[in-house]
Amino acid sequence: MLSQDSTAQIDKELAKYPADQRRAAVMSALRIVQAEQGWLSKEAIADVANYLGIPEIAALEVATFYNMYELEPVGKYKLTVCTNISCLLRDSQEIVEHLESCLGVHCGETTADGKFTLREGECMGACGGAPLLHINNTDMHEFLTPEKIDALLAGLK
Amino acid sequence: MLQIEIDGKAVEVEHGSTIIEAADKLGIPIPRFCYHKKLSVAANCRMCLVQVEKFAKPLPACATPVSDGMKIFTRSEAAVDAQKSVMEFLLINHPLDCPICDQGGECELQDIAVGYGASKTRYTEEKRVVLNKNIGPLVATDMTRCIQCTRCVRFLKEVGGMMELGLINRGEHAEITAYVDKSVDSELSGNIIDLCPVGALTSKPFRYTARPWELARRPTISAHDALGSQLEMHVKNNRVLRTIPREKESINECWISDRDRFAYEGLNSDERLTVPMIRRGDQWVETDWQSALEFASSRIKDAVAREGGNALGVLVSPNSTMEEGFLAKKIARELGCGNVDHRLRRSDFRLDGHFQGTPWMGCNIPDVQDMDRVLIIGSNLRNEHPLLTHRLRQAVRLNAAEISVVNALEDDPLMRVAFKNTCSPDDTINFLLQLLKAMSGLQRLSLCLPPTLNGLLEDVVVSNNAQAMAESLAGHGKDYDLVNPRSAVFLGNMAQQHPRYSEMYSLAEAISALCGATFGVLSEAANRVGLDLARVLPSSGALNARTMLEQPRSAYLLVNVEPEVDCHNAQLVNQALAAAGCVVAMTAYKSSALREADVLLPVTPYTESSGTFMSMEGRVQSFTAVAKPLGEARPGWKVLRVLGNLLGLSGFEYDSSEQVKNEIFGGEKPSRVVWNRLNNNLRELTEVNAKVRTESLQRVGEVPLYESDAIVRRAPSLQKMAAKKPVVAAMNAKLLAQLGLQDGELVKVSQGNGSVRLAAKCDDRVADYCVRVPICAQTAALGDLYGEIQVERAA
Ligand code: SF4
Ligand code: FES
Ligand code: FES
Repeated sequence: MLSQDSTAQIDKELAKYPADQRRAAVMSALRIVQAEQGWLSKEAIADVANYLGIPEIAALEVATFYNMYELEPVGKYKLTVCTNISCLLRDSQEIVEHLESCLGVHCGETTADGKFTLREGECMGACGGAPLLHINNTDMHEFLTPEKIDALLAGLK
Repeated sequence: MLQIEIDGKAVEVEHGSTIIEAADKLGIPIPRFCYHKKLSVAANCRMCLVQVEKFAKPLPACATPVSDGMKIFTRSEAAVDAQKSVMEFLLINHPLDCPICDQGGECELQDIAVGYGASKTRYTEEKRVVLNKNIGPLVATDMTRCIQCTRCVRFLKEVGGMMELGLINRGEHAEITAYVDKSVDSELSGNIIDLCPVGALTSKPFRYTARPWELARRPTISAHDALGSQLEMHVKNNRVLRTIPREKESINECWISDRDRFAYEGLNSDERLTVPMIRRGDQWVETDWQSALEFASSRIKDAVAREGGNALGVLVSPNSTMEEGFLAKKIARELGCGNVDHRLRRSDFRLDGHFQGTPWMGCNIPDVQDMDRVLIIGSNLRNEHPLLTHRLRQAVRLNAAEISVVNALEDDPLMRVAFKNTCSPDDTINFLLQLLKAMSGLQRLSLCLPPTLNGLLEDVVVSNNAQAMAESLAGHGKDYDLVNPRSAVFLGNMAQQHPRYSEMYSLAEAISALCGATFGVLSEAANRVGLDLARVLPSSGALNARTMLEQPRSAYLLVNVEPEVDCHNAQLVNQALAAAGCVVAMTAYKSSALREADVLLPVTPYTESSGTFMSMEGRVQSFTAVAKPLGEARPGWKVLRVLGNLLGLSGFEYDSSEQVKNEIFGGEKPSRVVWNRLNNNLRELTEVNAKVRTESLQRVGEVPLYESDAIVRRAPSLQKMAAKKPVVAAMNAKLLAQLGLQDGELVKVSQGNGSVRLAAKCDDRVADYCVRVPICAQTAALGDLYGEIQVERAA
């Protein structure tokens, strides 16, 4: 079931499109539900589809196309480190290794306490700040160094 | 018109057409996978790349609109290079398992690979594997073979009306799937087998039974609905192994319904009757044709000698050929018997004698797609007319047609319905009266209603819904073509089976006359119109399909009838047959429904006989046998001919079914006869009763999709589809609560002196105070399809 809060937010998105084009809001709706539930279960995707009045498979197509939608549970903090070319040249590898050793997990894994998920990401269009990562798709941190990472992790409760 | 040139040939094409359309028109082949003329353009396979002058890169022919003066090269080096490269990419992840693939021999990928593929692969890495999906009993999947053309996805969405498959993930991980573990339930799903250019989607029932080149391909016609779809049956060792559509734009386009596609399995059923049988006491004994026919004719003769021609009742299935029906009627008439009918599922015959001709659809099939306003009365569209529903769906999709539906069930037709009124069968009449009153208030033409109706309308109070529906139908306030209105009023099967059909008919006719709409009847069965035209009907004053049972006859001749599941009232027909001294049944199947018969004459299904069907649009289509008769079964028309001889009747010297057909049409061209005879007008309106208000629970006895006829009932794969929806007594939540019942609880459902136990089911698509109980073997103890019904908690 979608929470009232989610449906209220989705309604706001829906208002941006013609009434017979509810499908247009599918990406925002999935984002809203993921923000609330942490990830998109098959039930959550079906709920979104039913709320918008589109076929469930149509919502699944979108949810599986974009990799910022999480189809499995992730940690409370999902750290996505860019390893694309500009970041790589600015030594993102070192950042990844440092994170891996701090958290004790590899990219793509979640810590045993369910707090952190580490991810490799592609260019985030912010190469000027390389190397960089973002937390939970929204909060970006640039010009990373191992020291900055330590501070960052310490700040995440 | 634009002037273009393809491979040096000049051609004129319409504005807005694509390169591939222009090339197809010229007969220039361009390889393709994702493009299909009936589906939207996806342009995702890139197989159709061609070279266009002044463009640096090759362009996809299916998605490139032509422009004036365009010069296109489909066979130039650049074009062929591009096509070959795409082919190589497509084959990278394809398993190339043709030897074990059912599509082998009729595979578009195989064919095009012969022309464009390399003889050796350069790819040595691992190929990807995609897990198979179970999407139901009809379509088998081998998803590793899929090339992601998305034809199946687009078909289900655009033609089927419900997006049941999708392409999830992307790039190398892209795969076709239904949502999680869902199956594909569309009643048109089999078409994705034909559409799939590779062996990813194949027919489950046909799988591994034959290679395409071993099959004889024989044309025939569908016998399962009144559309008259053109089929091709594929036969090996005298067994029909599969059915595919023949392309006929003006009827079935390139599609067929699953019922038409998979019903052939019923032709090979173990229940086929292959020898004549006579009943001796409680025993069925096999016998030879001679004895069986002599037995039948002597019993009929006796009854007629004793009581006159009126002793006999002849019931003909509306799926019988015109020849069968005509000969059965001729036998009856020669014996001095007028009691002949094929309208077995009807219960209201008050219109008999009032028709000016044979009622039909009122327009041609493709016209439906061009309508912009349609009123459908009493039809569960997708069950009754699966493929015609798709035409209506296209009217909504492409012309934004406004559809109005008046019915006791609110099943989703998978299209946008603009106005609907869901009410009990009796209230339908009241609602149609409101509609008529609203319409007469809107009419611009000074058409007068007959005084009888005018008087009735005085007390009618028009509801907002009726007003809105009338305005939509009349095109009120809209800019429609009034001279040539593209609107229609259709009566569906449920209307025809309604106990007050004559009133519905009169009102519907009046409504359509007021708004200038086409008026028509969507016929119940494959040959309903044909048998009407051949006058397989009671002669004036004689008994019809219902009175023949209410006033039991001493002898009955049943032609292709399974009484308790083919007739309006199972109780009534079982009683009448049990009481009769002699029941002669011509049947293709051993059927427990024929337990009261005295002799079973094994006739062939239509596929093993020649014959003629007439579709609801009045198209006369004759066909020849696609296989030889099984065992000793014989075509129905031959059996009737010999029966006529044995009864000592004259005029039964036919050598071929064509002679019978010629006699039916009086030696004239069928089309001429048809156009003179099709007519939906009544001589005068019948009486309409506006005051009926039933207080009792009403049965809504629908005929489920896969219960329509004897062949379909014996097609295992279709029955597996049907089994997904168990037989229940469905009613809305309000009624369930009122009766103090729980969803799923076992209830006793009774009508007349019979009852059955079914699970109660909450179904808000059912109108107030109605119980939806389908007709099928499980409910054969019940009575009228529509009428009073009792429901109580089972003790
Ligand atoms: S399953 Fe067949 S029709 Fe569907 S996308 Fe794959 S290749 Fe195309
Ligand atoms: S490469 Fe990392 S942000 Fe562009
Ligand atoms: S047919 Fe043109 S891209 Fe597939």
